[in-house]
Amino acid sequence: MVATSAALLLFLLTAAVLPGLLAPGNPLAIAPLEAFQPPSAAHLLGTDESGRDLYTRIIHGAGPSLLIGAFATVIGLGLGGVLGAIAGLGPHWVDAGTTRFVEVLFAFPGLLLALLFIVIAGPGPLTSTVAVGLATAPGYARLVRTQVLAVRRSAYVESAIVLGRGWWRRLVRHIAPNVGGTLFVLVTLGIGQSIVWASALSYLGLGVSPPAAEWGAMLSAGRTYVGSFWWLTFFPGLAIVLSAASTTLLGRHLQQRTRSS
Amino acid sequence: MSALRWTVGRLGGLVFVLWAAATLTFFTLRLIPGDPAEAVLGGPGSQASEEALAAARAEYGLDQPLVVQYLTQLARYARFDFGTSYALRQPVAQVIGDQLAGTIALAVMALALAWVLALLVAVWSTRSGRLAAGIGTGLEVVAVAIPHFWLATSLVLLFSSTLGWLPALSGSSAAGLVLPVITLAIPLAGFIGQVMRESLLDALSSPFVLAARTRGETATGVIWRHALRHAALPAIGLSGWAFGSLVSGAVVVETIFARPGIGRSLLSAVQARDVPLVTGIVLIVALAYSVVTTATDFFERIADPRLRLAAVA
Repeated sequence: MVATSAALLLFLLTAAVLPGLLAPGNPLAIAPLEAFQPPSAAHLLGTDESGRDLYTRIIHGAGPSLLIGAFATVIGLGLGGVLGAIAGLGPHWVDAGTTRFVEVLFAFPGLLLALLFIVIAGPGPLTSTVAVGLATAPGYARLVRTQVLAVRRSAYVESAIVLGRGWWRRLVRHIAPNVGGTLFVLVTLGIGQSIVWASALSYLGLGVSPPAAEWGAMLSAGRTYVGSFWWLTFFPGLAIVLSAASTTLLGRHLQQRTRSS
Repeated sequence: MSALRWTVGRLGGLVFVLWAAATLTFFTLRLIPGDPAEAVLGGPGSQASEEALAAARAEYGLDQPLVVQYLTQLARYARFDFGTSYALRQPVAQVIGDQLAGTIALAVMALALAWVLALLVAVWSTRSGRLAAGIGTGLEVVAVAIPHFWLATSLVLLFSSTLGWLPALSGSSAAGLVLPVITLAIPLAGFIGQVMRESLLDALSSPFVLAARTRGETATGVIWRHALRHAALPAIGLSGWAFGSLVSGAVVVETIFARPGIGRSLLSAVQARDVPLVTGIVLIVALAYSVVTTATDFFERIADPRLRLAAVA
């Protein structure tokens, strides 16, 4: 299962970096005469209402979709990581204050924080990316804090203190590398979730808008024809599910490996 | 720590979170560019007259200093008075009151179905060998990764367009509830199932299960009467997460199935930048979330004696 998801991920990454290699066509080229073609040899996954090839669009959509997911994860982990590190490293009162603040953010569960941000900043690809990052930040903050505390109280950090190492050296040489490993796993686990959320926002008309080749926006555009032309919603959604599931499986695999080593 | 002190502390925390959430919302929404008085009258495109703007400022207290506005608002929030929706021209409390029951019904049914599914998959995949365990993991991962909007459209495709068994739009009929409930339940079931299976395996290898077996309990009896109780606790501890999933899911599911409810109102309020309605719904959800997590804490303490003993030690 790990090999399959790694292979799938490699394919998606290739599609994201070099879409022309896998699908030489233009994802925005319209051909009205070929509208609503079902999947066939000429059009692997069929065509949409303007005759655009769905396979080409999904391959070219990998870049924006994965990029938004990755960026949102970086934003979420950056904000959450800073909050978590401050809480985990600071003195007791700083920890208590930061933890309380994160607890308050948790009271806006799921998409709520993202929607609140969109009300302020207005819809669009950039704001929806930041919104997803914000929405995931409290979760990361909690995880990073727990991890920093565990490392800080570990035997090797204590022995570094006993050996008289300064706090900066302890942070850079001992705490940061050990927290970093876990963070990498968190990123892999989080990207799948971010891709799903960002595409949900596009689907709701608050992120990337059609005719751009982004999976959520494609699904949203295909929604009108769900009864008659099933491939328009089925395949973009499948791309989202497969990318989210494969990153999650890979993340879990990494998690188990770091745990057992 | 005595039970009373713990309770008071926990309720104090609840009040603090609500106050902070309201404060955060109030000041965050102040960041919206543009004149709030103009927004009341329908946004910058409305070309409202100076007199109308002045009247709106007076009506909503926008001419007062920010501190006064903040305190007035806070007092109003505490009375569930969120003002009048810009877009619907109705009191926000009334809009929420009309929509709340539908969303709660949807969420409760989805939660129940998710637990049943998670329970069945967890028990089956721990009992039936390696292949079943692999299938169980696969099902859970896919269930967690499926976005609500795709699941909803796929279910409509299969059960409404192709088979014609169930309506694609929810309406108010009982049949219209089936697809929305399934859509909300499946990703949630995947998540609860993951946690439950892990703790079920944990419980099955613990001494109390062996003790029950030596007393003559059957393999099935051990699972249902002993191990599951133990395994359900961590999953209950995730109620806050489940709540978040249900709320986010409700936004999408109610929109797709054209079902009246809080989620759909929230989305249209966000699209229209209807600040009072967004504020009202966000704060009601924050209140519900805080109550759910506090109740979970109470329940866990009652159900798990170790938590109480740990506090004493």
